[in-house]
Amino acid sequence: METSDIFRMLWAGTGETLLMVFASTALGYVIGLPVGVLLTISDTDGICPHPLLYKILDIIINITRSIPFLILLILIQPFTKFVVGKSYGTVATIVPLTIAAVPFIARMVEGSLKEVDHGVVEAALSMGAGKMTIVIKVLIAEARTSLLVGVTIALGTILGYSAMAGIVGGGGLGDIAIRYGYYRYETGIMLITVLVLVILMQVLQWLGTLLSKKLDRRRG
Amino acid sequence: MSIIQIEHLSKTFDSKENQVHALNDVSLSIEEGEIFGVIGLSGAGKSTLVRCLNLLEVPTSGTVTIGGKNLLELSKEELRRERQSIGMIFQHFNLLMQRNVLDNVCFPMEIAGISKKTARKKALEYLRTVGLEEKAKAYPVQLSGGQKQRVAIARVLASNPGIILCDEATSALDPQTTRTILELLKKINKEYGITIVLITHEMRVVEEICDRVAVLYHGHLEEIGSVQEVFGNPKTRAAKSLILARQSEQLEEEINREVEYGNV
Ligand SMILES: Nc1ncnc2c1ncn2[C@@H]1O[C@H](COP(=O)(O)OP(=O)(O)OP(=O)(O)O)[C@@H](O)[C@H]1O
Ligand SMILES: [Mg+2]
Repeated sequence: METSDIFRMLWAGTGETLLMVFASTALGYVIGLPVGVLLTISDTDGICPHPLLYKILDIIINITRSIPFLILLILIQPFTKFVVGKSYGTVATIVPLTIAAVPFIARMVEGSLKEVDHGVVEAALSMGAGKMTIVIKVLIAEARTSLLVGVTIALGTILGYSAMAGIVGGGGLGDIAIRYGYYRYETGIMLITVLVLVILMQVLQWLGTLLSKKLDRRRG
Repeated sequence: MSIIQIEHLSKTFDSKENQVHALNDVSLSIEEGEIFGVIGLSGAGKSTLVRCLNLLEVPTSGTVTIGGKNLLELSKEELRRERQSIGMIFQHFNLLMQRNVLDNVCFPMEIAGISKKTARKKALEYLRTVGLEEKAKAYPVQLSGGQKQRVAIARVLASNPGIILCDEATSALDPQTTRTILELLKKINKEYGITIVLITHEMRVVEEICDRVAVLYHGHLEEIGSVQEVFGNPKTRAAKSLILARQSEQLEEEINREVEYGNV
């Protein structure tokens, strides 16, 4: 294989990986953020306690989180096919990635929102703030640094999952690493692919940390 | 008519192991424009009492009537509106840490639906009242405890309240700062005619600014009257013991002062 071909392939793979990772993290937050909010406010010390709702969400999340990603990937192939029309390739992989991301993200959002001092929530209640105001302007606004750290962790975790999806032809860098390294014994290409993954992870982490520090007003 | 009227108020906390009777058949009324103190030992039920006044805590039985309205009969929406006219300040200030001082003061006005421009203008006025206009762009971490409490007072003024509830508003502050905050509360009470209900376990706070005082003991209202009456001639053991504690505290302060000046 020509060097320029390898480069082109890696370039395309990186694009596919980034697409998968960002699309499924974004979709994951579209569902996971509201679920995390529900978990926070329905818990016993939340602003609208609802033990039954909390318990149900809690159990569903625990179950989905305990399924290994590779098994989930295979289990939901029929569903993926139904949604996207096929069960392999970059776009198809977004489906299982999102499903894996949602419970994980919901838990992290719950953790972040529960870090907000209850006294501040009480102050808002005493001012006559409604529930929506408290969720948006107190819980989410006050927890934004922690939420952003969560986004960084989510992106990193999904990046790892996306590479795993390579085993079933999931597209992206993981796919390349498995096709060349595992099936064709082209260790060189595999190592370069892994290197690209490592760099991506570093960059994500660096950007995330930078952004959350920049937005934090709790340091002088 | 009294601005605040509490009748046969009881609050029981149920937990798995036991029941705590935090308030036991408490009745009292507070007049418009006065500074009313509630004093008692830790666990006496002071916070519970004051939290019942804006229904942050829902009483087990009894009624809370504010400005002629029985709070327990209000719909959720009406209660939210009512709460906007009952300000509250806290021991630990409870400011929004990710907002600067100005935006903290704007928060109640945002809730009330006041336009951003008007809110900012008014917020600056309130900051001037508490003497912190030059800190408008600072964030709470950059402020001292006393300054944070002054922001909290400006924030409470922003909701244009008829009543301010203070739960141990000076307990996290040193004596010097406590005095300035109490002065500020007194000024607000005079200038705006706001009724102040002040919860504290510190006698000197009551001595300094309250008109009348109630003594709580294990959830019971033991004694109520003007500060001179209650402190000058305590009738119940609860009140007497508080006053004895205060006297020994004063003695200690005196001794400390003398030691400082090298008189001993
Ligand atoms: N949410 C709660 N659940 C269970 N028990 C509670 C709760 N809040 C208060 N209590 C109990 O009710 C009693 C009165 O508490 P409260 O906080 O009103 O006392 P306080 O006079 O404000 O004391 P302090 O000076 O320590 O603040 C205490 O025995 C306390 O343990
Ligand atoms: Mg208390």
